[in-house]
Amino acid sequence: MQLTNRSKVVSNKVQTAMEQLYLPGILKGMLITGSHLFKRRATVKYPEETRPVAAVYRGWHVLKRDENGAERCTACGLCAVACPAEAITMESAERKKGEEGLYREEKYAKVYEINMLRCIFCGLCEEACPKEAIFLTDRLVDTEYEREDFVYGKSKLTEKVDKRIDVSKRQTLEVAEFKKLPGLKHNEMWDSKKIDKGHKH
Amino acid sequence: MLAFIIYKLIICVAVFGLSLAVAAYSTLWERKLSALLQDRVGPDRAGPFGLLQPLADGGKMFFKEEIIPNVSNKFLFILGPSLVMLTALMTGAVIPWAKDAYVGGKLYSMQITDINIGILYLFGVVSVGVYGIMIGGWASNNKYALLGSMRASSQMISYEIAMGIAVIALIITSGGTLSLREIVEQQDAGFANIVWQPLGFIIFFVCALAETNRAPFDLPECEAELVGGYHTEYSSMKLGLFLFAEYINMFISSAVMAAFYFGGYNFPFAQELYDAMGLADGSKWIAIIGFGAYFTKIFLFISVFMWIRWTLPRFRYDQLMNLGWRILLPLSLLNLAITVVVEFFRGHITF
Repeated sequence: MQLTNRSKVVSNKVQTAMEQLYLPGILKGMLITGSHLFKRRATVKYPEETRPVAAVYRGWHVLKRDENGAERCTACGLCAVACPAEAITMESAERKKGEEGLYREEKYAKVYEINMLRCIFCGLCEEACPKEAIFLTDRLVDTEYEREDFVYGKSKLTEKVDKRIDVSKRQTLEVAEFKKLPGLKHNEMWDSKKIDKGHKH
Repeated sequence: MLAFIIYKLIICVAVFGLSLAVAAYSTLWERKLSALLQDRVGPDRAGPFGLLQPLADGGKMFFKEEIIPNVSNKFLFILGPSLVMLTALMTGAVIPWAKDAYVGGKLYSMQITDINIGILYLFGVVSVGVYGIMIGGWASNNKYALLGSMRASSQMISYEIAMGIAVIALIITSGGTLSLREIVEQQDAGFANIVWQPLGFIIFFVCALAETNRAPFDLPECEAELVGGYHTEYSSMKLGLFLFAEYINMFISSAVMAAFYFGGYNFPFAQELYDAMGLADGSKWIAIIGFGAYFTKIFLFISVFMWIRWTLPRFRYDQLMNLGWRILLPLSLLNLAITVVVEFFRGHITF
């Protein structure tokens, strides 16, 4: 009785004399492997070569400085709130007198850490940032020997004063314009004019 | 007398060094070729194009911890790999590397020794190599090692028979000489032996693969079922010796095949080339060019060995024995019969 149509006829075919010789079969196999000698290698010899990435690739974050070299981050914590992977932590501190060249505003991030193993490089921190302080760049995250070493602190995130990192590709005109939209809540909140007028939200 | 000893010493050391160097770079070439056949790049980090890779591998082997199992027979455990290496290196002694050449007004032979039973010597030494594997596997006191060495020895003994009969046919073709030098020399004037012994060559080639324990006949070390076969318990440089001996064996069997069937250091229109270059017999340049030709052949053979390894899957053990006893042995006997008939009509043998 046939239950399904999935049954198959088993083949116990006896090899032909030609097949039993094996040599033609072996030669055929060798030609197949031999033809691969002349195929293109798929290997990218990292780190000498890198795979081409999109202009807006999201990799290793950078904490930007402003034109004067002062850190833009004010430790507002919006990036940490926005982060879906909960990779960002920070501690804030108050700026002391004489540190105006170091930090742009009165409050700054004393500790700013991103756990690169948690991070999913979605870019939401960058979107949330009202101070244009954090950006994702096209740099790949390094390899490390210890898991702890993947928690990047400010030393690895903040851009060097003499070695600025170009984020203009991520900061497209549209994005910059979008962030200036008055209707956006966070822009409103941090708009200095409105704070001056005593608006509280 | 002293000059003779010094000359022999130099050539011994040269062949010794050559075997080691070729074996070392075979490991690199094996990795490189396997990578090329699999669309990869292969080792390219150690030195330019990865040329220092064999040194790095050797260094790694030396720095590994040396473990001798408590339950093993220590003397035999050390004797095993030593014997394998010794026999592998000994086979290079009878191979003629190039034509005789005058150096400083004296004619020197480019061969350690030209004994008139060269082929017998070769077979004898290769057979002793089985003992090394067998002793190593036995002394390990480990079932996988023992199984691997059993497989190795039964495989080598089985395939030696077909190989031996193929070589008998070759000896008939070469006019009954057992000296490797004479076999190579007589291919100088006429065709290479492959023309008269195509079947014999295929048999010899298959048997050479089995003798060197190369894929598809690498059952003795068969990682998939035997952990590592006869060298399961070995570590550090003793393991290195086993692996290294395999490459030396591959080099020597390539050299032997090139000498037996492809005219060794001869190549088509060699004499015409030498005449055109104005080289007299015994010139150093003839020896060097011949050596280059010989090496090209050896290199091609080694490459084919590797090419086969990275193409074919491993034989099952019963298939291996079937092939050896039920196909290759009758085939080699048939080849012998055909050879006798052909040589009778060529007038090389009379009754």
